[in-house]
Amino acid sequence: MKAIITVMLKNGVLDPQGEAVKSALSVLGFSGINGVRQGKVLELDLADGVDESQVNEMCSRLLVNAVIESYTLDIL
Amino acid sequence: MRAAVIIFPGSNCDRDMVVALRESGADVSTVWHKDAELPQSLDLVAIPGGFSFGDYLRCGAIAAQSPICRAVLEHANRGGYVLGVCNGFQVLTETGLLPGALMRNSGLNFLCKSIDLIVETQNSVFTSGYDHGSKIQVPIAHHDGNYFVTDEELTALRDEDLVAFRYNENPNGSAHAIAGVLSSNRRVLGMMPHPERAMELQMGSADGQALFRALVDQSIAA
Repeated sequence: MKAIITVMLKNGVLDPQGEAVKSALSVLGFSGINGVRQGKVLELDLADGVDESQVNEMCSRLLVNAVIESYTLDIL
Repeated sequence: MRAAVIIFPGSNCDRDMVVALRESGADVSTVWHKDAELPQSLDLVAIPGGFSFGDYLRCGAIAAQSPICRAVLEHANRGGYVLGVCNGFQVLTETGLLPGALMRNSGLNFLCKSIDLIVETQNSVFTSGYDHGSKIQVPIAHHDGNYFVTDEELTALRDEDLVAFRYNENPNGSAHAIAGVLSSNRRVLGMMPHPERAMELQMGSADGQALFRALVDQSIAA
């Protein structure tokens, strides 16, 4: 069982790395990009018996900084 | 005045911090991150700059969960003094002792230069050695010093006079050009610039001395 945690900066928090990627894409000649947000994905390989609420607790205590970040969790 | 400097794997300003405190008259010991207890009758915990745990996950996030940080939280909750510089500031926000978070510099570059700070309040043991509104020259050396707080938190910081230092010219995109903030009991200071690197004129500036001298002198009196 795997937990896939996608961590993104919250809406409204400026993402300077995303902005830099966006401008680099336009330098390459790609057009039509209204915005780029850069985040990260954590993949947890879970032993049997670990449930979603425990993964949520891992997110709130360590993996995600709720001041600036939000996340989505998929258990596969 | 008894002070302890915490050392994490990747700390690299711990010796400078020890020297700055010792030269200012403090009795200083160092504490390894795996220790669960701080020395007895401690007045100040200093969390130095560096790249604790390689800045993995987020700057300061893993250090904030280390055994010694539980003891630092207890020390702070008892009303003990805590100074976090650079990575130490990042650790303090990650522990929740200070509000906000430190993000990647808005210009994306690592910044390493001497800058001017404005002293925003005299009302703390850390800043009482400066005149309110005075400019001091202190180096910065960081990649993630872009201070973020919500608008509500920023209003609270300003209303409660908890902004210790602001940048004269905002180098990194920090909200309200904030370089250092105090806790609501005014006994915890986190700041990105390095006062311990501004202790002698040969270092380019001695403006950091007043911070450490006031801290050491007033902690004794307290």
